[in-house]
Amino acid sequence: MADEVLSKIEEKVKNNKVMLYMKGTPDFPQCGFSAHTVEILKSYGVPFATEDVLADPSVRDGIKRYSNWPTIPQVYIDGKFVGGCDIVHELHERGELEPILKSAFDK
Amino acid sequence: MITSEEIKETVGAALPVSLVETQDLTGGGDHWQLIIVSPAFEGKGLIEQHRLVNEALKQPLSDQRIHALSLKTYSPAQWEKLGS
Repeated sequence: MADEVLSKIEEKVKNNKVMLYMKGTPDFPQCGFSAHTVEILKSYGVPFATEDVLADPSVRDGIKRYSNWPTIPQVYIDGKFVGGCDIVHELHERGELEPILKSAFDK
Repeated sequence: MITSEEIKETVGAALPVSLVETQDLTGGGDHWQLIIVSPAFEGKGLIEQHRLVNEALKQPLSDQRIHALSLKTYSPAQWEKLGS
């Protein structure tokens, strides 16, 4: 049963260039960190998929096990875990997020 | 909730740190922002640096004494460069 959640997550992470696990939705984020992460991703004008972990406790727990990362939001680009709000913010500030996105969408 | 002292103690017990600054973001003792400078971060990427801190605070994170954690991590050289 546990593995079912992980393979569901794996599928989404692999099938979306940018996948964001967050609390709430992009229009109605339920947490400041999730809201900030959405803002950053939106600023690049790239499409991204999201899943609301508050809607499914098994995903909320599963995503933490999938990445071995204790907090949400979590951003995945091109199938790889990039980080949570702090790291995405820091990469954005350093100008390092754009090349990561670019190489994902250039493929 | 957790105190600033407990956080500093817990992180300091797990990692060699030259600075741990804590800020209680809401005043409720469960939303924290930390600035941590450690030689253990040298040559590591942000995910690995944050993993070390998350690992150190695993217990209070999993029992929800810390509800939200915002991290800024630097190696001593990176910290020096910031000119702080």
